[in-house]
Amino acid sequence: MILTTLESVPGKSISQHLGLVQGSTVRAKHAGRDLMAGLKNIFGGELKGYTELLHESREEAISRMVEQAQSIGANAILNIRFSTSSITQGASELFTYGTAVKLD
Amino acid sequence: MFDLILFLTLLALGFGFGQYLEKQHYKSIINRESSLKHIPAIATKHLPPEFMPCSTQMVCGNVVISIDFFKKFVSGLRSIVGGRVSSYESLIDRARREAILRMKEQAATLDANYVFNVKMETSSISKGRRDSIGSVEVLAYGTAVIQPTSTN
Repeated sequence: MILTTLESVPGKSISQHLGLVQGSTVRAKHAGRDLMAGLKNIFGGELKGYTELLHESREEAISRMVEQAQSIGANAILNIRFSTSSITQGASELFTYGTAVKLD
Repeated sequence: MFDLILFLTLLALGFGFGQYLEKQHYKSIINRESSLKHIPAIATKHLPPEFMPCSTQMVCGNVVISIDFFKKFVSGLRSIVGGRVSSYESLIDRARREAILRMKEQAATLDANYVFNVKMETSSISKGRRDSIGSVEVLAYGTAVIQPTSTN
């Protein structure tokens, strides 16, 4: 599976267009991390726990998108975009979407 | 009285550590930016044809940076009179540059020559209540272009 943010894959041509695929996940922070983050809010600096959490969640969203693409027989996803929204206090949604295609 | 002492202590801690961490962070950002200068990040969508024999891979980098107590206080004062909140500007600038650096670091491990179609995404993790955690997340993502090493 080729993942790219470009509109084409160099050296390959698109043989079939399979439409939009997407993956999303909603994650909440856990209390322990929140406590540390509260402390960090006094001193400033990077919140490593949150960085990791969001990174893992995004990987999860990507893998869901890839699963969906595989199930419709694609071998590449083009023009991938990410989007983040906070649904309520303490939970955020990570969303990723792209165009599934079949390459030669 | 106790409340006032606590407040002033937190303010002093926030100012001291916050400024120190920010200075350290900027120093490391500038160092790493100059060491990763050989991988330009480009916002163009289309790959020029002369790049042609190459492979691509998606790379991304993210970072969450927290505000400190002093910045929070200053921005609170700012919101009374309005205008430019420079204490937050530096925070977001740091987050953006750090996210791009992490993306480039990932590209460097792939021996990439360029990162194309770089997009950025900013979100505040928590907003709303006054005593809630304030932090900003920046995600930078793009496509690393790896050209086979040739002797030209």
